[in-house]
Amino acid sequence: MTTHIDLAHTTVRALNGELHLLAAGTNQPAWRIENPQGKHAIAAGLDAPVTVEIHGHVGYYCAGMNKHATVIVHGNAGVGVAENMMSGLVRVNGDASQSAGSSGRGGLLVIEGNASARCGISLKGLDIVVKGSIGPMSAFMAQAGALVVLGDAGEHLGDSLYEARIFVRGTVKSLGADCVETEPEEEDLTVLKDVLARAGIADDVHSDEFRLYRSARTLYHFHVDNAGAY
Amino acid sequence: MCGIVGLFLKTRSLQPQLGAMVAPMLAIMGDRGPDSAGFAVYGQPRDRRIKFTVRLTDPHAAGALAEALEAFPGEPASIMLRASHAVIAIPDTAQDHLRTLLRQFDPHIQLVSAGRRMEIYKEVGRPEIVADLFGLSDMGGTHAVGHTRMATESSVTTKGAHPFSTAIDQCLVHNGSLSNHNAVRRMLEREGLSFETENDSEVAAGYLTWRLREGLSLREALEASLKDLDGFYTFLVGTEKGFAVLRDPIACKPAVMAETDDYVAFGSEYRALAGLPGIEHARAFEPEPGIVYAWEHA
Repeated sequence: MTTHIDLAHTTVRALNGELHLLAAGTNQPAWRIENPQGKHAIAAGLDAPVTVEIHGHVGYYCAGMNKHATVIVHGNAGVGVAENMMSGLVRVNGDASQSAGSSGRGGLLVIEGNASARCGISLKGLDIVVKGSIGPMSAFMAQAGALVVLGDAGEHLGDSLYEARIFVRGTVKSLGADCVETEPEEEDLTVLKDVLARAGIADDVHSDEFRLYRSARTLYHFHVDNAGAY
Repeated sequence: MCGIVGLFLKTRSLQPQLGAMVAPMLAIMGDRGPDSAGFAVYGQPRDRRIKFTVRLTDPHAAGALAEALEAFPGEPASIMLRASHAVIAIPDTAQDHLRTLLRQFDPHIQLVSAGRRMEIYKEVGRPEIVADLFGLSDMGGTHAVGHTRMATESSVTTKGAHPFSTAIDQCLVHNGSLSNHNAVRRMLEREGLSFETENDSEVAAGYLTWRLREGLSLREALEASLKDLDGFYTFLVGTEKGFAVLRDPIACKPAVMAETDDYVAFGSEYRALAGLPGIEHARAFEPEPGIVYAWEHA
């Protein structure tokens, strides 16, 4: 049974208050949210294996800090969708604004459209699949996890990258400091195949269509010769 | 923080509703800028007339100002009061005369805007209250820009509220902060421009005025500002024919746009656009950093 909430008549605070009370085994496992009207922090901070479907465009930080839940946005998402998510699945059926999946620690974020600047900034273990293209400065200082892009990447991709993997199928406008293209090894391909499978596109997209970008590891420790790159 | 909104109507039949469409956009962006608000509305020009919007030091002096204008030579001046502001329409050729008359009437009177099409209104206070005060919902026109302010660079005064206008039918609203505005202001003052405030956004408006005066197109002027203005910003610039948008090269400040067959709408957040008619089928997109976007009426 699906619980219906209309945000034209309920506040986001009241909705999130109800969602935060849910625990594993709840008898309200499915939620349908209408009229989000770009409001902020919808379905942020969930901590239960429930499915929340939002019909319309959402504002900032939708599904932020998500744990265990599946959050599906039937529309576009504002700044910081799924920021700092820990586990579960967040799917945006439209485009995502800046900083999608920023600092995410685990789970899977799928963006069916494009993501703008700073997608996956400071990524810490979350896997992100963007079916369209990503904007400039994406994966800045990304530490762990994978950013998989079926389209193109904007300027300064992977600037000051740590150990995250960036897979891009299309073109890359430019690479950021210390980010380099490398030949994928078996382990990299295993990671990529796993992410594609979890996103449900393993049959449509082949792992050999992607180029891999990783850290050159020259900025890990301060070295005076690198001063200009900091 | 600050909030920006803009609406450019493509469909003529919507023009009477311009203000009614923009007022709720401004009110929603009150969350981003609660301390003051302002807006510029562009209407149809009247033959060889120019409108000055002035803010009266004392609203009770409106009667005396109307009386002083009766002595205006030639074609008569008209005056319309809206709360603390008065819109004075005069023949195009009598601008200097009006400026002198206003200075004599009250040396502290604030000239908010001058335009064939543009009227600017701004005040300190919650945006929805400011919009109500001036009756924005009843205003018609072709396009409008608005701003809700959270002051960072200069004090919370009416003069510090946006839009800033430094030339006829031109205005600018700004979300962000410029770091080299003092140096640019000094340069512009040497070029003959004068400024009313210590505000960084007024410098950006003056910079564009200067570039346009030097012969650049609005697009070229904005592209030049990418090099000359340092800081973070989203600019929305109103002109006689339309508006233009520019975000700084790393897009520090948010911006979202939506286009339908009827209008082009701009908001700092999608929330500002959520109430517009047909928005669910609009093409929504974010302007890319460092790229000028412009819409103009033919």
